[in-house]
Amino acid sequence: MDLAWFLLLAPLAASIAILLNLHRKPNYAIGASVGSASVCFLTALAVATGAVKAPTPFEWISVPGLTVDIGMILDPLSKGMLLVVTGVGLLVHIFSIGYMAHDPSRGRFFGGLSIFMFSMTGIVLADNLIMLFLFWEGVGLSSYLLIGFWYEKESAAQAANKAFVCNRIADFGFMLGIITFWWIMGTVSVDPQILGQCYAKASMPQFSSTLQEWGAAQTLILHPGGISAHSAELVTLMVVALFCGCIGKSAMFPLHVWLPDAMEGPTPVSALIHAATMVAAGVYMLCRIYPILALSQAGMFLIACTGCFTAIFAALIAVQQNDIKRILAYSTLSQLGYMVMAVGCGGPDAAMFHLTTHAFFKALLFLAAGSVIHALHEEQDIWKMGGLWNKIPLTFWTFAIGMIALSGVPPFAGFFSKDYILTVAYTYGHGFYWVGVVTAFLTAFYMTRLVAVAFFGPPRTDAAKHPHESPPVMTVPLVILAVLSVIGGWGVYEFGIQSYYHNWSLDVLRDDGISYQAPAEISSAVPSGFVFFGILLSAFLYVNTASDPLNIPVLARKFYIDEFYDNVLVVLQQICANIVAWFDSWILEGLILRGAAYLSAGLGELLRLFQTGSLQTYAYIFTLGGGILIYITLFAH
Amino acid sequence: MNSLSPLLLLLLAPLAAMVAIVMKAPAQRTAAIAAALNLVLSIGLLFLYHAAQGGYDFVMDCPWAILPGLPPIHFHLGVDGISLPLVFLTAIVSFAAVVVSPGNIRRAPEYFCYLLLMSLGAMGAFISLDLFFFYIFHEFALIPTFLLIGIWGGQNRQFASFQITLYLMTGSLILLAGLLALVMAMPPDARSFDITTLQTYLSTHPLSLASQSVIFPLLLIGFGILVGLFPFHSWAPPGYASAPPAAAMMHAGVLKKFAIYGLIRVAIPMLHDGFEQWKYVLLILLLGNFIYAGFVTLAQKELPTMLGFSSIMHMGYLFLGLVTWNVIGLTGVVILMVAHGLSAALLFGLSGEITHRSGENRFTELGGLAKPAPLLAVLFSFASMASMGVPGLANFAGEVMVFFGSFSAKLIPFAAVAIYGTVITAIFQLRAIKTIFYGPIPARYQPQSGAAAGEATGMTDLNTLVEYVPFVLLTVASLIIGFMPFLLLHIVEPSVSLLPFLK
Repeated sequence: MDLAWFLLLAPLAASIAILLNLHRKPNYAIGASVGSASVCFLTALAVATGAVKAPTPFEWISVPGLTVDIGMILDPLSKGMLLVVTGVGLLVHIFSIGYMAHDPSRGRFFGGLSIFMFSMTGIVLADNLIMLFLFWEGVGLSSYLLIGFWYEKESAAQAANKAFVCNRIADFGFMLGIITFWWIMGTVSVDPQILGQCYAKASMPQFSSTLQEWGAAQTLILHPGGISAHSAELVTLMVVALFCGCIGKSAMFPLHVWLPDAMEGPTPVSALIHAATMVAAGVYMLCRIYPILALSQAGMFLIACTGCFTAIFAALIAVQQNDIKRILAYSTLSQLGYMVMAVGCGGPDAAMFHLTTHAFFKALLFLAAGSVIHALHEEQDIWKMGGLWNKIPLTFWTFAIGMIALSGVPPFAGFFSKDYILTVAYTYGHGFYWVGVVTAFLTAFYMTRLVAVAFFGPPRTDAAKHPHESPPVMTVPLVILAVLSVIGGWGVYEFGIQSYYHNWSLDVLRDDGISYQAPAEISSAVPSGFVFFGILLSAFLYVNTASDPLNIPVLARKFYIDEFYDNVLVVLQQICANIVAWFDSWILEGLILRGAAYLSAGLGELLRLFQTGSLQTYAYIFTLGGGILIYITLFAH
Repeated sequence: MNSLSPLLLLLLAPLAAMVAIVMKAPAQRTAAIAAALNLVLSIGLLFLYHAAQGGYDFVMDCPWAILPGLPPIHFHLGVDGISLPLVFLTAIVSFAAVVVSPGNIRRAPEYFCYLLLMSLGAMGAFISLDLFFFYIFHEFALIPTFLLIGIWGGQNRQFASFQITLYLMTGSLILLAGLLALVMAMPPDARSFDITTLQTYLSTHPLSLASQSVIFPLLLIGFGILVGLFPFHSWAPPGYASAPPAAAMMHAGVLKKFAIYGLIRVAIPMLHDGFEQWKYVLLILLLGNFIYAGFVTLAQKELPTMLGFSSIMHMGYLFLGLVTWNVIGLTGVVILMVAHGLSAALLFGLSGEITHRSGENRFTELGGLAKPAPLLAVLFSFASMASMGVPGLANFAGEVMVFFGSFSAKLIPFAAVAIYGTVITAIFQLRAIKTIFYGPIPARYQPQSGAAAGEATGMTDLNTLVEYVPFVLLTVASLIIGFMPFLLLHIVEPSVSLLPFLK
């Protein structure tokens, strides 16, 4: 058997074992889950070095016209993503041993983590869109189970449902996109060879597609159904539909509402699933099918706009949140917006670069936040913290590193990837660049606010006066992630991650025309200046304050989007449902059916002698009647 | 051709068990043994079937009766890749239905005989290759359904039973008229009740368009009533809500599939021009199943009626797959019939357990049951996920093929509505999980120790092997098909490819 299958089988075996038996024995469950995560990480290392090759795929569905394989693509894109997922995943598993130590249901928790690892590696490795969709729903399921981990809490159960339904709505579009993809291409495979060929044949270096060129590309791809040419509109529709999947999973506006609520789950889950990896799956998917997206200029523009808007929209909301995890959640939305904008602006490599560095520092921030929450006995309101910096120094310093990396201060990891995205955006359109710069300013502002309020000033509650530092099983992963957040961009900028993905995107697109050499008129100094200004302004406002000097209700209430959904859309849907249900029981069943029944009952008044009221009699009479009828029909001839 | 077929055993086992029960054998145990035998046999047949050719296997054919003026009736049995999965479905759901039934139910011998008769009838309908037996076996199964609801049903059982009896009998009679008209419309020397003969003849000598366009709607409405095609669905929700769980499992899981099977096997291939003419009507009606029944489901306030409407809604996928009439869509239909049978049986069975153990089926009164009944919660979640089409469970494989098939047939707007159906299903099914199992637990379901005699002792979980094995069995079957759909596809696809007029 090919060793690469261990990437999927190890966590699957762990989750099955935990489901069947080990959930009753938490320590064995932890052993199985952490063990399988380690196996995954080691296999991923072997895959990255090239020691383990892609296994032979097997047919999952095979009928004439539709073949779905379970196979793996191992190219720079998936290898890099695999290292991020399994590496961060392993660290979060280890952190959780400490964080969940006192929860009696922790066996179930680790079972959920293993389902997640199984599904997430499946998404990364998938060699076709249906396989990707299988695992895509799998991560959705594990996310649902883990958000609702403390299911006795009404809010947690509600958040879990919201996450699943939002993702389902998006997957409605995604599934349509996948089938349209198959309809146009005649395959669901996302083999870079095939996609790159398609892109090259469509020959659109500047996104200047014409119908004829696209049709010419199609005849080369040889659709078995013989579809020769598709309109540019259909291609755009497909791109938009596929992008819907990303809108759900990566929580883009307008379906972003589930992600902040998902913070009801345990904090390690927020770190791994709802910050570092799963929510980035949407971005990964876009990069995987990038050559197809690039066929539609309008589609790319929509993607760029959605990403750009989500970036600044979520950053604005984050400025006025008070729950430490919700601030980080809105920050995640904003950073995902950056990545999606990068894809739309034609820089999938920039998006993957930022995805990687973001995974490091956002996992770090969430785990450090978990350490703070742990230290303060489940306190999440930053205004009830204060003065923590010298009481839990390791947590403080690692959190500070994460905050600096996220803000994009040179030379931390976030600086390089964010700068790269901004350069790509500038090449695509100056407006995107400036929105990106303002978002960078806001990011620096709200992160400084968070640190200033939570860690500095006087302790505002009793719990904040006597925090306790977390055990090494929790702090060691923090330190490792902190190191990665420092060097994740610096030093590897030229020959590391950035050029790694850059080479991949050139390879896939086979187009030497793409180059993101920074245009002479912009320099990193501009966004960096904005970042420093944001940090200083925020520090000036928030160090040593007892309450928030800014009070902007529209931001604190998140632009009233949740209120709109809950009070308008959900209510409308329920009203429709009630009207239709009323019609069904009173008009269709009541008036028409029973009307017909009473009519015949009136005619059958003569037969009331037979109405004995005993049901068996009725049934037997019916059988008899049926029999007589059959007899008559058969023998009447 | 005249040798005995192993299929005969599938009919003899329940028959023998019924005889034994009448002779005072322990009712539930005897029924369970017969059902288990059938299950083992049907799994064996899945392995023994010669899948590569796709034709009928295990055939036996002997003349049965010759009636004046009518073609001869044969006792003709055989299965192919379309009916064999349904045989398996019948066997596994029958076994589960027998085992979940309470052993101390009143009038037990009668009850288990009726269950066995349902199983026998469904099995017979799926393995018969003669129209006469195809129809009669289904009637055999319907009558005990009415009796089970009327005698052992829950709330409103008299009314529900009366309504379902009237409605389904009407459907059966319309169907009978359609089937007879089909045979009688043929030239006298070609008339036959034999499904294979009819199919061969009619694919080369189709009936005149005029007769097809009259006969097809008879079959469509007849079968449509039996399966709950909108707007002929009103019998189902109250019927399933008051039926004893085992009867709802058998009817919603298995017996309803008879109508879809009949459309694949008889109506559409034999009256293809009529189908082409009427398929737009069918398309409009199936939108009713998705949108109308979907909305009605959202408004339900009780678990059993919600499940009843949702099983009506999900028939939309099957009808959509039928309309595509291409290999992808039809293979999807067969997979989905099995998958829906498993998930519907699970949901109705579990709903019975929830109602029985908590004494409540209204969403407003339920809550927090995951704490006292974790296994019930896990199984119900699995069943819900299956019903929602989450990959890894069987329904997804079937649904996704129906979606692809309908794109292929250029039914894109209908495919879009069908895919949106998965969103609606997620909304009501997740809401059901949440309101039943999550949230704070109402005080009356707290596990109590030493409760006074006669008081409610709180909610209990599935504890003994007998209590959970039937549900685990159905779940595992759904997981196996969901993870490895190719196991079933190898059997189904060659037979589907042999159907006439495929696009």
